[in-house]
Amino acid sequence: MTNPNVLLHRRDVVNELLRDRGDLLVIAGLGAPNWDVSATGDHRNNFPLWGAMGSASMIGLGLALAQQRRKILVITGDGEMLMNIGSLATIAVERPLNLTIAVLDNERFGETGMQKTHTASGVDLAGIAAAAGFRTSRIVRTMEQVTDIRDLAHQGKEPVFAQIKISPDALPFVMPPADGGILTTRFRQSVLGDEALHN
Amino acid sequence: MAGLDAKQESRATPPSWPDDVYRILKDAGVQQVAMVPDAGHSRLIRAFEADPETRLVTLTTEEEGVAMLAGAWLGGQRGVLLLQSSGVGNCINMLTLPVICGMPLLMLVTMRGDWGEFNPWQIPMGQGTQAALESIGVIVTRADDPDLVGQTVWGAANLAFNTWRPAAVLIGQRVLGAKNFKELARK
Repeated sequence: MTNPNVLLHRRDVVNELLRDRGDLLVIAGLGAPNWDVSATGDHRNNFPLWGAMGSASMIGLGLALAQQRRKILVITGDGEMLMNIGSLATIAVERPLNLTIAVLDNERFGETGMQKTHTASGVDLAGIAAAAGFRTSRIVRTMEQVTDIRDLAHQGKEPVFAQIKISPDALPFVMPPADGGILTTRFRQSVLGDEALHN
Repeated sequence: MAGLDAKQESRATPPSWPDDVYRILKDAGVQQVAMVPDAGHSRLIRAFEADPETRLVTLTTEEEGVAMLAGAWLGGQRGVLLLQSSGVGNCINMLTLPVICGMPLLMLVTMRGDWGEFNPWQIPMGQGTQAALESIGVIVTRADDPDLVGQTVWGAANLAFNTWRPAAVLIGQRVLGAKNFKELARK
């Protein structure tokens, strides 16, 4: 078992979350989570965000409701999640069984100079999610616990929230395509087939 | 102020335009409805509440709906966002999503801070609603006559879903009837 007192590395975490991903659909929040997801390989079933901070969790909800047979994993950062913290209430009320939200929590705004977010002062995102109504909401500190979250995402039996504590490493950018039209069209074509090109 | 009272009385019968809008949205294939409630949308919301084929989602803030309907589109479903004009300001940065990704977004905005407004706090956002939406790239059409709401929504739905971009309909207070809490408080 990994030492819970040593912070996890974000790319190890994302590699494990996306291990044997199958037909998992992935929303990546803007900034480092986007680069982390892209570092595992560009993929048509990824929708990586370059802006619209705060949107990741709710994109996940709309997608989860539209594609109820698919499993949806949102991978985002603590700053991005905090910007739209109310969405946890909305998602808990809607209770999409096929949606997992994994927050990579380095307690920093990474893209803007590593300023502290509220989680650095102890704000408990997993506690907020639990209070909103997520029955499975965890703070994750070991790779074994990351594997559990990965497995729960594939099972798709209930909405899952994970606040994964990671070290505040600044890593090389690995960028997906930036054209929103391309990202949207290829994702829809992958999920919906060529029909998506015509409506 | 007798003229004002007469206008208010002329709105005593329930308006039928929400029923037209409901049918138009159903015909357009709307399956997800995201909303922060407004009195002006209450009849339409009741219609969707009674419709088991439509997922009606209450939001904590309107921008959630912009993101949710982007996700719906990624998953092959169409939606509509119901909001009051005061909620438009909450949406602006999130509208980046449909604008830059070429996604449809249909917004039905009931106006405050518009015709006959009594509450001064509604004026800044109400008067800024159309300019704010247009500044970020949303196509805006207005409906100020109850008989024209349906065809205005039909046109905006076609624009949004056939040309993959955000379109908003502003439903004016002339259609909705101006509230006056001060008068209600006196009664």
